[in-house]
Amino acid sequence: MKPWQAGLIVLAAVALWLAPLGLRNAGLYLAALWVVNVIAGMGLNLTVGYAGQISLGQAAFLGIGAYTAGIMAKAGVPYALIVPASASLCFAVGLGLGFPALRLQHHYLAFATLGFNMLCYLVFRNEEWLTGGTFGLNGVPRPELLGMRFGRGAEFFHLSLVILFVMAALMALLLRSPWGRAFAALRDNPIRAESVGINTTFYTLMAFAIGAAYAGVAGALFAPLVGLVEPASFTASISLSMLLMVVVGGSGRFFGPAIGAVVVVLLPEWLRFAADWYLAIFGFAIVVMMVWLPGGLLSLPARLARR
Amino acid sequence: MTHFLQLIVSGTATGSCYALAALGFTLLWQASGTINFALGEMIMLPAFIMLFCVNVAGLSLPVAFLVTVVASMIVLGGGFKLLVVDPLSRHGVIPLVIATLGLSIGLKNLVRVGYSAQVFTFPALFSDDLLSVGALRVSIADVGTLAVAILIALAVQAFLGRTLTGRAMQAVAQNRDAARVLGINAGRMVLYAFLINAALAATTALLVTPVYLAKFDMGDTLGLKAFYAAIIGGFNNSRGALLGGVLVGVLENLVGAYISPGYKEGVALVLFLAVIVFRPQGLLGRADERKV
Repeated sequence: MKPWQAGLIVLAAVALWLAPLGLRNAGLYLAALWVVNVIAGMGLNLTVGYAGQISLGQAAFLGIGAYTAGIMAKAGVPYALIVPASASLCFAVGLGLGFPALRLQHHYLAFATLGFNMLCYLVFRNEEWLTGGTFGLNGVPRPELLGMRFGRGAEFFHLSLVILFVMAALMALLLRSPWGRAFAALRDNPIRAESVGINTTFYTLMAFAIGAAYAGVAGALFAPLVGLVEPASFTASISLSMLLMVVVGGSGRFFGPAIGAVVVVLLPEWLRFAADWYLAIFGFAIVVMMVWLPGGLLSLPARLARR
Repeated sequence: MTHFLQLIVSGTATGSCYALAALGFTLLWQASGTINFALGEMIMLPAFIMLFCVNVAGLSLPVAFLVTVVASMIVLGGGFKLLVVDPLSRHGVIPLVIATLGLSIGLKNLVRVGYSAQVFTFPALFSDDLLSVGALRVSIADVGTLAVAILIALAVQAFLGRTLTGRAMQAVAQNRDAARVLGINAGRMVLYAFLINAALAATTALLVTPVYLAKFDMGDTLGLKAFYAAIIGGFNNSRGALLGGVLVGVLENLVGAYISPGYKEGVALVLFLAVIVFRPQGLLGRADERKV
């Protein structure tokens, strides 16, 4: 990393930390929602961008994390236990979803994960005894941690920001370790990766499981942020926008999800008056982008420089 | 027992709608190796064009259908190939998947804001009268849809397997370079596939929309079920699409009635997962060298 890049990251982190000064309640809510999406997007970026396994099921993991967090919080479990619990459950389920990925590729995998998402949605909606059915879990309390209550907007935003920084640091470490190289090898040439002794089975499973665990952490933030955990928040189309978030930002680029979440989560809210047109234009813009800029927005500088 | 048979009959009718949509999928795959995630929208759009022709322009249904077929072949056939598939084909499968997903969002919302978000009834091709066979009741529309689905599946199969053009299209799908060496105009064959697919989609819209009603998101379920049906039946086989569609339709009905209506929508998924794990080439498909 060059010094100016490190400086930019520190500057961005400070700006994020101070952001609540300039935001009202609705803005804080959106900012926290952005953080949640970035965490989930980071996980998906590992699965899709670094390990090259397409997944249309990230919203299901967000849901599993959120329901776990919601149910546990309402049962009075301390928040310090909820986050690891959500993450581990998602890790385990993600491991399970990885198994079909060993046999399937490309669009088959896309549809299999999409199907997984829809099955999860059906379970969320139908198992009323556990999930509250269509109406969902109401009144999930904001977390308490180390005797502090993260109730108001700014406090909760800062908590989610801390979790985001920790998760981002862990991801950076992971990507710089031999694991990161193994994931990239899996993406670029699975056969060659196997021939140089990389256990592709293990790393495929891990790509899904770790990606899912990130969504679990995001879900553990999502539940107390929104306060209401309902099946409609975890449909297949949410998974789709998460995938587009990663792709728009630049899949396989560390800061891709952060940029993508601005385009997919924040812009539609700001342009609410034109929400439907926004979606129509967004859809066609994706097509244009795949043709002209398949590397995502973060590849724009390099693309322009090449001209 | 009558109840059971009735469920099977109406399931077959729903299934033939899925099968019709799945046929376009298998055709495009067999002839050009293209996966189209905007399939549902390619049925929704012709439905709205037809509706517009009938309601606003005042054309009769057959004329409206012909206009729609032509428009659909130009926009969703040639235009789709030229503007979306061709520039992306060199990047591999995933960018095309994502682009067609984007296209699906774009088309859906274009119709929603550009035309209407409401549900429209659609003029029926067949009458709604019921035929009584013993204690069973079957609507003429259901029988008609199934008959047309079977007819089209057989026609597509025969075209691909028996005619020179069809075989050339298959050759291009299997190995474009080798086909070119044999003197086949690969570009033209792929264009044919897209045109036929667009015409098929318009036909599907004509048959399916009276049941599903015209709405901007009508393609969501249809497209998804069609893909599952195609995989279950066998991707490289047109009869497979038919079998898969009917199987999904019937099982959905049975699960909805005997197990739980809440999990009706999950039937196709479970069947799909079982098939891709145990028999990835599909029930009727033959295994080939393609990666699954």
